[in-house]
Amino acid sequence: MTSAYDKPLPIPSNETLTKPFWEATKRKELLIPRCNTCSKLFFYPRELCIKCGSKDLGWQKSSGLGKIYSYTRVRQAVHPSFQSENGHAYTIVQLSEGVKLPANIVGISPDDVKIDMDVIATFEDVTPEVTLVQFKPL
Amino acid sequence: MVNSFQVKGGKMSLRGRAAIVGIGEVPTRRIHEGRTMIGLCAEAAHMAIKDAGLRKEDINGLVTDGTTPPPGLAEYLGIQPNFATGVTMQGASGATATMVATAAINGGICNTVLVVMGNARSDRPDPGKGPSAPSVRSEWEEPYGMAPGANTGYGLIYKRHMHEYGTTEEQLAKMAADQRFNALENENAVFNGQPISKEDVLNSRYINEPIKLLESVMPCDGAAALIITTPERAKTLTNKPAYVLGVGLKQGEANIWQRERFTETPAVESVRRALEMSGYSPNDIEFAEFYDCYTILAAMCIEDAGLVKKGEIGPFYEATDTTYKGEFPINTDGGQLSGGQPGLAGGFRHVIEGARQIMGKAGPRQVPKNDLCLVNG
Repeated sequence: MTSAYDKPLPIPSNETLTKPFWEATKRKELLIPRCNTCSKLFFYPRELCIKCGSKDLGWQKSSGLGKIYSYTRVRQAVHPSFQSENGHAYTIVQLSEGVKLPANIVGISPDDVKIDMDVIATFEDVTPEVTLVQFKPL
Repeated sequence: MVNSFQVKGGKMSLRGRAAIVGIGEVPTRRIHEGRTMIGLCAEAAHMAIKDAGLRKEDINGLVTDGTTPPPGLAEYLGIQPNFATGVTMQGASGATATMVATAAINGGICNTVLVVMGNARSDRPDPGKGPSAPSVRSEWEEPYGMAPGANTGYGLIYKRHMHEYGTTEEQLAKMAADQRFNALENENAVFNGQPISKEDVLNSRYINEPIKLLESVMPCDGAAALIITTPERAKTLTNKPAYVLGVGLKQGEANIWQRERFTETPAVESVRRALEMSGYSPNDIEFAEFYDCYTILAAMCIEDAGLVKKGEIGPFYEATDTTYKGEFPINTDGGQLSGGQPGLAGGFRHVIEGARQIMGKAGPRQVPKNDLCLVNG
C-alpha cells in the first residue's frame, strides 16, 4: 500500500464472537459459522444457532466459490472514501455452501459485474490488522 | 388474573371492530423551522381530535412510533390515557400502530386511541448518513461501501427483480410520475406544484443503480395523526367513519441480504391474512396506499398483495393509469416519493390517506370508488 487505508474497517458488535473469522481471513481462509448440534450453516455469526438455538457452534472452512446473487453500483456513497465517478459494485455473493454475504468484486470494472457470475474469494490485507474478504471472477 | 378460564366463542376477528373517525396532518416540508418532533406531533394530534369532533379528554389511548416516547407526548399534550405504547417497527410503524390500537380497543383496554407520529430533522439526523453503531451493518456491510439510508438493499432488490422478471427502469419511472401527478393535488406534499414526467425520473441521477434520485424518498419534517374508536362511538360522530375490516402482519428479515429471495416480501403473508379477515379478495380492492420508500418496494408489495401477478408489475404500470383519475389509483396523495418522508410518519401517511379517501375528505384528488382500500405499511 502506498497510502493509509481510509475506507471503513469492520466494527464488530461482538469481538469475541467474530475473532476467529477475522483471524482466519489473515490466513486467507473464509470461515462460515456452523452449528455443532444441527449442522446448520449460516451467516452472519450469531451467539446462538439460527435454526435450533444451540450455543454449541463452530466454523467450517468455505470453498470460497460462489455466484453473484445481486449487486448495486453505488454512485453516492455514505463514506467519502468510496465516492468515485465510476461508482463501485456493492455485491451480495451466494457461496456454494448456500449462505450469502456482502463483498466487492475486484479485478474487473463495475461495468462487467453481472448477476450469476461465478466468483471466488480473495483476501485483501487492508491494514496490518485487518484482512477483508473480497471476490473476483473465477 | 386467574390460572384457568374457558375460551368462549370462535376465532377472534377484528373485522369491523374499530373505525378511524378523525385525521390530522402537518404538511410535509423539507424543514419546519423552529419546530420540534414533539411539537409537530402535538399539532397533528390536535388536528385529528378536532376533525373527529372530540375533546382531548375523550382520548384514553395513545400509540406513537417510539421515536416520540408516549409518556413525554402525553405530558406535552396534557392527557393521561389508560393505554400508551410506542410501536418501533421502522417503516411499518404507522400501519402496525393502527393495528395495535385496534387490538387494544377490542381488548377492552381503552376505547378511543390517538395514533400519532412525526419527524423534525433538527431533532433526529437523516437515516444512514454516518457510520452506524457496532452492528451487523458496521461489521459486514459498511466496509464494502454503502449508499445512504436503505438505498443499498433496495438497489440489490431492484437489480434482482430486473434479472428475474425483466422489469425495466422505464416501467418503474412511470410509477414515480403517476404519484407525482397525485401530489399536484395535495398541498401537504413536499413536491406539490412540481410536476415531473417519466423522462424526468429516468434522467435523474443514479444514487446507486438502478435507483435514481426521483425513485427514492427525501427526508422531511412533518407529522400525522388519527383517532380510532369503537363502531358504537363512531356512529355518534359526524365524520363518515373508515372501518378497519382486516389486519395482517408478517415480520421478515431486517437486513435485506438475509432474505432467502430478494424479490419476495412479507406482504405475501400479511396481505393474505388481512384479506382473509376482511372476507374480500384482491379483485375487490378499489384503490391502494402502498409503502414506497423506493419504487421497487411498492412494486414488489403490489405484486405480493395479489393486485398484480408476480413479476408483472412492469407491464401493469405501462398499461395502467394509477393516478387518482385512473382505473386503479395507487398512492393517491403522492405517496412518500412525492409527498416526502417525515420519518416514520411517512409510512403512517399511507394509513391516513386511505382513511381520508374512505371518509370522502380528499378534495380535488378524491377517488370516485372509495369503499374498499388496501393499505400496506
